[in-house]
Amino acid sequence: MTRKFRNSDGGLEVKPLPPTETPLNSRKSRNERGLAPNFLAEFRNGIDRIAEVLISAVALLAIAVIFLIFIYVGKEALPLVWGTSDGATILSPFATPFTWQPVSTEPKYNVFPLILGTLKVTLIAMLLGTPLALAAALYTAEFAPPRLREWIKPAIELLAGIPSVVLGSFALMVLATWVQDAFGLVYRLNAFTAGIALAFAIIPIIYTISEDALTAVPRLYREASLALGASKAQTAVRVVMPAAIPGIAAAIILGFGRAIGETMIVLMVSGNSSILSLDPGLPVRTMSATIAAEMAEVVVGSGHYRILFFIGALLFLITAILNWAGDRFNRRLREKLFGSA
Amino acid sequence: MRKFVDRTFVVLSLSATVIILSMLFLIIGNIAYHGTERLSWEFITSNPENGMTAGGIFPAIYGTVLLVLLMSLAAVPFGVLVAIYFAEYASAESRLYRWTRMAVNNLAGVPSIVFGLFGLGFFIQSIGKAIDQTFYPGRLLYAQPSILWAAMTMAVLTLPVVIITVEETLRAVPREYREASLALGATRLQTVFRVVLPQAWSGVMTGAILAISRGAGEVAPVLFTGAAYFLPRYPSHPVDQFMHLGYHIWVLTTQSTNVEATKPLLYSTVFVLLVLTFLLNITAILIRNRMRKWATR
Repeated sequence: MTRKFRNSDGGLEVKPLPPTETPLNSRKSRNERGLAPNFLAEFRNGIDRIAEVLISAVALLAIAVIFLIFIYVGKEALPLVWGTSDGATILSPFATPFTWQPVSTEPKYNVFPLILGTLKVTLIAMLLGTPLALAAALYTAEFAPPRLREWIKPAIELLAGIPSVVLGSFALMVLATWVQDAFGLVYRLNAFTAGIALAFAIIPIIYTISEDALTAVPRLYREASLALGASKAQTAVRVVMPAAIPGIAAAIILGFGRAIGETMIVLMVSGNSSILSLDPGLPVRTMSATIAAEMAEVVVGSGHYRILFFIGALLFLITAILNWAGDRFNRRLREKLFGSA
Repeated sequence: MRKFVDRTFVVLSLSATVIILSMLFLIIGNIAYHGTERLSWEFITSNPENGMTAGGIFPAIYGTVLLVLLMSLAAVPFGVLVAIYFAEYASAESRLYRWTRMAVNNLAGVPSIVFGLFGLGFFIQSIGKAIDQTFYPGRLLYAQPSILWAAMTMAVLTLPVVIITVEETLRAVPREYREASLALGATRLQTVFRVVLPQAWSGVMTGAILAISRGAGEVAPVLFTGAAYFLPRYPSHPVDQFMHLGYHIWVLTTQSTNVEATKPLLYSTVFVLLVLTFLLNITAILIRNRMRKWATR
């Protein structure tokens, strides 16, 4: 038997355990050890082991849920493969023309305008939100006096606690007018306003994750840099930021994932018309908002219903990939800084 | 020169922080200013009237409370068990641990609208249909949107919140507590449930509070799993539909027949929801801060 020890330098060392007559955690039965049976202990140990198995089984549930989500969202879209009774197939979302017009005599289900709309709004939100969130994270982690720091972090986390429907209604009632007046836009509800509102939703995410990454960088790094004569700002940008870069990447990726899936804000502020254009001043319709707006009125089992589930499955896949990537980067950060995940 | 660059850099990053914080205060300030104008005890305790242009929001508050209670009943026990597995039983190298960990992280990032689709496809179209076919042939009870299925959908959405919060607290319980308990001859199960979990009670509370705050504000998952525009009576059975504060805000903003008449009501409703979620979140933050101090003591 061996056991891992941490030696004085902090490294791991594997040492054999000193031999004992009957180790405390021996799985040998009392009978084998020449002792009278202790039924109460046997019973308790049995219960203990059953409990461990049961609790592990509940943990499996978490995995099951992820698969169930994909299976049941996918299942409702599956009949598209052999075609629904009203003529929608798996190819309909990609068939020309590039229009999303699900309710008409000849429905058109091309998802390209929706994907473009999603990307447009998301990109605007990322361009506005990422620099702000990263700069704020850098300030909190590197420059802010400790007393101030204790206030900034919970305050920005409070922003994360604002329900998206509240952000949406604020953007709809107040922000939209301001933005329209300030930029002289023709449409009150458009991709740009939706992007600004969406930025509020992703700033706390990018901020929190990247701030955590920056604070996780050991103090030694900073002290070494400062001792070499670097200034605080140089240390922050050239030493701490590069050390925390996987965590910052994770923050941006996870913020991106949240922006793509965010529903209520874009549903309320984007104007919801599926125009195929790159102009940020025009209304857009995103994938998530399309599902939210149309699912309630659709006939269960119709082609339109199936295609909405198809879009949902697509959203699930995109965000799953982004989450997985973000997770990988976060693990890489911990490996890089502490040598283990 | 170097000093100037340095200064500029600090000032720039400070101004980003200031911009974010001032937007936060702007949002809160605007909503608080307009939201308190029409706010009264009557508004909170009465029903909507005249096609949502008058009256109050009591049914929406009632429905939301009922929803988050049902949701907590499902999410908290399961979440705590998974957290116990993570913190007390799993070994970091085991495959089950790595897969569950990844699943929970992934679950936290699934878009809320996808949870709505899941609720519709899984709970209503599959489980609900199966219940109806088995126990109530020819009747439509469980295979339709209801508060039960909305709560279950919301429970799945808030599960990672509970797991992550509780796990953090469990890990903060000093190792010595477990060792002392085991040394006294307690089994692992007894140690977990009689020694560790009682110490982590604040974490369970925080997890539940954060989950409730999420559940009260998320709208996308209940859009087609049970929320209703308006109901003349309160939900009294699991298969009843319900009114939801967040959903009510969406209804007021987009489905109103008279925008000007609705606006003050809308602002007050937003204010109520915001106060509710903030109170919940601040409580959670306070409990967590106290807990952290306790853990590092």
